[in-house]
Amino acid sequence: MRGVGGVRGGTMAADSTLLLSLVEEFVSGLQDSKAKDAAKGVKDGQFTVLQLVEALGLSLTSSQAPTRARGVQLLSEVLKECYGELTEREVEVLIAFYENRLKDHYVITPPVLQGLRALTRCTTLPPGSAVSMLRSLFQDVHVQSLMLAERACVYSMLINLMETREAELKGLGADFVFGFVQSMDGERDPRNLLLAFQIAKSIIHRGYDLGKFTEELFEVTSCYFPIDFTPPPNDPHGITKEELIQELRGVLTGTPKFAEFLLPLIIEKLDSDVPSAKLDSLQTLTACVSQYEHKDLAEFLEGLWASLRREVFQTSSENVESAGLAALTALTSCLSRSVLNSDSEDSLSSFLDLILKDCKHHLCEPDLKLVWPSAKLLQATCCASNRASHIVTAAVMPSLIDQYNSRTQCSQRRTLLEVVQRFIQSVKSSQSSDSDESVLSAFREALCSVMFSALSESDSSLQITATSALTSLAQLTGLLLDSDIELAIDHLTRLLLIEEDGRVSAAVVECAGALAELHPAAFIAKLIPRLKHEMFCEPMAQDLTEPSKQHSHHAMRQRCLSALAAVSKQSSVVQDSTPVLLEVLSSAHTGSVSFSVDEVVLACHSLQRIAEQVEDEEETGRCFHDVIIPRLLSLALQAALQGEGSPGVRSPLVEEAVLSAMVPVISTSCSRLQPTMAAQTASRAVSLFLDGDVSFLPDNSFPSHIQLLKKQQGDSWSQSQMVCLLMGCVCSLPRSVEVPQIDQLLSALEEMSCTCSHQLSYTSAAKCFAGLVNKRPPGDSLDSLIQRTMKRVCSELDSTSSSVRIQAFTLMIWVAKALLLRYHPLFKTLTDKLFSLLDDTDLGPMAADSFSLLMSDFTDVLNRSCHADVRIMYRQRFFSENSAKLVQGFNAATQEKKSNYLKALSNIVNKLPKQVQVTELPALLSLLLEALTCPDQGVQLSTLSCLEPVLINPPPALIQQLEALVNRLLALLCSPAMNVRIVSLRCIHALSSFPVHEVLPFRARVLRALAKPLDDKKRLVRSEAVQARGEWFLLGSPGGR
Amino acid sequence: MSGGARLENANPVIFQRSGERLLTASEEDEDVHDPIDDREIFDLIRSINDPEHPLSLEELNVVEQIRVKVDDAGNTVGVEFTPTIPHCSMATLIGLSIKVKLLRSLPDRFKIDVHITPGTHASEEAVNKQLADKERVAAALENSSLLEVVNQCLSTRTI
Repeated sequence: MRGVGGVRGGTMAADSTLLLSLVEEFVSGLQDSKAKDAAKGVKDGQFTVLQLVEALGLSLTSSQAPTRARGVQLLSEVLKECYGELTEREVEVLIAFYENRLKDHYVITPPVLQGLRALTRCTTLPPGSAVSMLRSLFQDVHVQSLMLAERACVYSMLINLMETREAELKGLGADFVFGFVQSMDGERDPRNLLLAFQIAKSIIHRGYDLGKFTEELFEVTSCYFPIDFTPPPNDPHGITKEELIQELRGVLTGTPKFAEFLLPLIIEKLDSDVPSAKLDSLQTLTACVSQYEHKDLAEFLEGLWASLRREVFQTSSENVESAGLAALTALTSCLSRSVLNSDSEDSLSSFLDLILKDCKHHLCEPDLKLVWPSAKLLQATCCASNRASHIVTAAVMPSLIDQYNSRTQCSQRRTLLEVVQRFIQSVKSSQSSDSDESVLSAFREALCSVMFSALSESDSSLQITATSALTSLAQLTGLLLDSDIELAIDHLTRLLLIEEDGRVSAAVVECAGALAELHPAAFIAKLIPRLKHEMFCEPMAQDLTEPSKQHSHHAMRQRCLSALAAVSKQSSVVQDSTPVLLEVLSSAHTGSVSFSVDEVVLACHSLQRIAEQVEDEEETGRCFHDVIIPRLLSLALQAALQGEGSPGVRSPLVEEAVLSAMVPVISTSCSRLQPTMAAQTASRAVSLFLDGDVSFLPDNSFPSHIQLLKKQQGDSWSQSQMVCLLMGCVCSLPRSVEVPQIDQLLSALEEMSCTCSHQLSYTSAAKCFAGLVNKRPPGDSLDSLIQRTMKRVCSELDSTSSSVRIQAFTLMIWVAKALLLRYHPLFKTLTDKLFSLLDDTDLGPMAADSFSLLMSDFTDVLNRSCHADVRIMYRQRFFSENSAKLVQGFNAATQEKKSNYLKALSNIVNKLPKQVQVTELPALLSLLLEALTCPDQGVQLSTLSCLEPVLINPPPALIQQLEALVNRLLALLCSPAMNVRIVSLRCIHALSSFPVHEVLPFRARVLRALAKPLDDKKRLVRSEAVQARGEWFLLGSPGGR
Repeated sequence: MSGGARLENANPVIFQRSGERLLTASEEDEDVHDPIDDREIFDLIRSINDPEHPLSLEELNVVEQIRVKVDDAGNTVGVEFTPTIPHCSMATLIGLSIKVKLLRSLPDRFKIDVHITPGTHASEEAVNKQLADKERVAAALENSSLLEVVNQCLSTRTI
């Protein structure tokens, strides 16, 4: 044999006996494993395929069909392993042999097909053999009489050959398509269908000649449309309905040649009562028209339109409606694409005429149901193309505008305006970037006058619709003139100043924000000066005595403040709006214009919003760094130095609410600063707080011996509480920024948090300490810092008489939080201490609550946007490391301490992500059920609120405990606390969506129990009871669930 | 709704839905007793689905708050409903749905009276009589296909 044969000559004889015995054992002995051995022998070069055929000789020529089959099977299985090593000559001989065997007895066919499939994988397939193989296959085998696996074998032969011998197969012409059609005709198995659809798709996409078999190919595949398939439970093959739908859709929509068959089929299937069939038909329609031209569609347009109209007019599901609208858009854009011939009619405009004829008149009946479906259909055509939107808006806009002007009822006008707004939006989506002339420019004036008249109406919902219509109109580039914008600003300003309705002013603020992004200059020139003037205008003295006037003045300022934030997205606007906000703060401080604490807080919120939303970070960052942060610190310091008078007399800037609102302004802007500015901010803040260096503050008339972090005389807190601003500065900087004098700073903060008696001061100092610790690089200095602090904290906590136990505890829990976030190994010592405190008489409940602090995110410190070191899944990690300890502690605790453990546990579980809750729940379920019987209402509530989300997708463990769960929940219906009653009713409601057979046994009992809360004295409880009872009634009832 | 079936009234007038009831401070106060009022009863029935359209009875103006009367102390509830057209064949079904909804949602101390707004339906008396007859209502709910339609009207719509 080939080369190696000679070398191996000596072992030849032994090998041939081995081979003969392998054949014997496989064929007569029916030992399937021998095929593997034979294949291995061929692979290793022990013997050749030719020798195998020779050895098989007798079995292949046996008069017994089963023996022949067995013989062929051995050969095929060997080929399956070794097809890569065959020469062209060998392949040719083998193919001739196999083709011939196809004519043999039917029991031989399966192994023959396997062999042929192996051969189709050969790279050495001689030219012409693909064609001859297929010819014999199509001629001698009736594929659909074969078993599942053999049919699959035929399909994969076709797939293999199409991959490698495309040119040869195309040479077969339409015969190939015909052969395939015959092979798959009647296929029922979803696995094989996926293969068959794949072949059909390749036939279409790779340009095989369909010849006169186009309709046959369509028929043989389209008979599965729409796909109706439910995989058996525990299906190992994992074939989904969606997969089949997509594959079949790929076939049916693949070529315009199918159009004449597919479109009538779609029209027919749209008539179906099955929603999924409708949906599939509509989606197939949307997919197919992307390939079609108008001539493919022409004769079906009326039929398609009638079906689409019916689906949208009488729709019962939103899915079908939106699929119908998408199909209409696709149809229209197909018609818009096609090039017009001089002799053919304009199919787009005749199609749109059809639609306008059916829909337009409904737009004149704003009270009736069909106004919306009609509008949606017309808008769907508008979205399709610029030309379509031209035609449709030209037809409907004049009458809509007329209608608006002639109708007097607000509800009708609002519907009309909403319809107009949707048209504007759909025009926007069809607008191509290069067209300079807007579709709506002919209606600009009329539309503007409609908007402005609607803004001047007194009806609030009309005003709201007008603001969103105005926003949409402004988005159309190049449509509105500068004068229109100015007029719009006048209207918006007027509404901001006088409109009391919260929904309207929210809409106005939003609209102003959107417009200011597009036209910043007009807003700087008009809106900001006007709002400033009105805000600083003191109400008349006699108005101040009237509470309602005072209230409306406050509300006006509130609206102005939020409008100032909303319009400040571009840095040019920020330059003008932030000085106004700062002036509010300084006037409030000096008292030159009186602003309430609320208003000052709102001004801070607005500053914070600006810091969050600005687009140009560098320029705005400089503005915050140079002006706003120094100014805020300076104002706060001035106020602090004046000291704490009684509320009302002292500056509003020493109020906790104001300071807490300033912190996020500073932290948000600091977290976004460029590195150099950030470093400068850090050193300025540290030198201000440690050394009393006030040189960078504006209005510098401060005394020289300021010591903000030292213990103040007589426990004065107005200066010590400023530490929260320090936290805002230094805890939100990028980690790369070095904080100067860090050791002195940390020890000053530790000192303050352990000694100060003012809550805001010691808490902020603890948070600031924790924020810095979180970002310190790991190593000995950090470890010794933590150990030192812990020693101090523990000594305070261990002496029950200490006056600063709460302070020490606060510092400990914040440091624990900082270490938990970064997975620091020393965290464990802190948790141990925390667990031991759950048994503490005074601090126990506080310790239980603090678990919620450990698991929550905070907006001002220790979060990702402050560049804190937050590892992913720290909550899960904490939970998995500590839940067992909690359970143990619970079991060991005395009766009155047990509730602390339950509260701690429910605090943790509450904050875990849903997936983790579901997986962890089984282990904790009995404890949580126990917690439901705990008399503490806080524990009940927090347990219920962590159960409630889990009930939506109940894990099996919960279903096993259903009896206990139902009992406990029903018992809680009698709780004296309405919140407990409400949440337990919600849980009972959620139980109704459990698997029916599980909950049905409880139906009668639950319905009886729910009768009582129907007569609860609280309306909120009654309404939950009504909903829950309604669902339980539907359970197991016809038409219900 | 099947594609081919024609509706009796394919393009009805649509009315605006009222907003959610505003929460008052007293409703959140544990100690205050909130009486059952007209609006509360109206809230129970306004979201019932129409058997034909994907719309609520409120949107079709079949039920209105002014046509709901409740006497909490006297334990009576009265509801009038207005079919969209005088020959509406669904009137009995709508009445039955309202009645069933109230039976399921109110404490059993109430006597519930559901009838057609006088002068708005061709066979007003017959329908009212059926709805007032306890045994006939009970018998209707034994009929599983009727119960199925009623339950569909009372299901919270999932779109």
